[in-house]
Amino acid sequence: MEFSATQHDSGVVVVRVEGQLIVGNRQELKTLVEDAIEEGQRRFLIDFENTGYIDSSGLGALVSISKKIRDQGGTLRLANLNEDLHSLFELTKLDTLFAIDDSTDQALTQF
Amino acid sequence: MTAPLKLCVRRSEVAAPSGHVVDVSVVLPSEIQHIEAAVELMARHCFAGHPSTSRLRFRLQVTLSEALANAIICGNGQDPSKHVTIQAQCRSDAIELSVADEGTGFSPDQITAPMTGAEIESQCGRGLFLIRHLADHVAFNEEGNAICITLRRP
Repeated sequence: MEFSATQHDSGVVVVRVEGQLIVGNRQELKTLVEDAIEEGQRRFLIDFENTGYIDSSGLGALVSISKKIRDQGGTLRLANLNEDLHSLFELTKLDTLFAIDDSTDQALTQF
Repeated sequence: MTAPLKLCVRRSEVAAPSGHVVDVSVVLPSEIQHIEAAVELMARHCFAGHPSTSRLRFRLQVTLSEALANAIICGNGQDPSKHVTIQAQCRSDAIELSVADEGTGFSPDQITAPMTGAEIESQCGRGLFLIRHLADHVAFNEEGNAICITLRRP
């Protein structure tokens, strides 16, 4: 499974990206988050601990998700980006758009 | 129902003054679900017998994935009857990747990435920018339907 969602005790929905986030599967991630928003969820954490690489379509999907959550008054945080993945956010200046934490534990204290 | 994955690999090994050289070519139909498998196949052949780092592998994965997405979506319009051809020359000092589609080409100089102001929330337009920043050298053919990406080995 490439994407899985669990609800932390705090109520935050933790979405894990296993493998790649690319043009071929980005819609699955968008649908997963949109369905959760539809169900009333407003706080999301995306965990990249087990992610290989992200392409520009994957970054675009994250931008789209971010906007949808924000439009509903919700919060999105990203965590566990390794050095390579973080470099993609820095290059594209998306590190200025997203709240990025070193770990899920750290992120969960920020909601 | 998706078409079965059809990848054709031609591997030749020759002795050259610069050392061991491996040429690999892969042809895939214009369907985005084949991108990940094609990238992994190329990575496996490009790094076989050559020194590698996780950073170099990451750069190859992202740049090739981007080039294939551009070729399949923009070049061939996701027409599965059209194909995208990847050719790679894997040397001890560098990897040279070429990705060609059957489209009419585009003008790469006219593409700018959404980096400032409200543009930062654009969902697309970052692919070529990422290729240019992760590769050591990028070139296009005259028609604009083939890109050549050079990644130097550390």
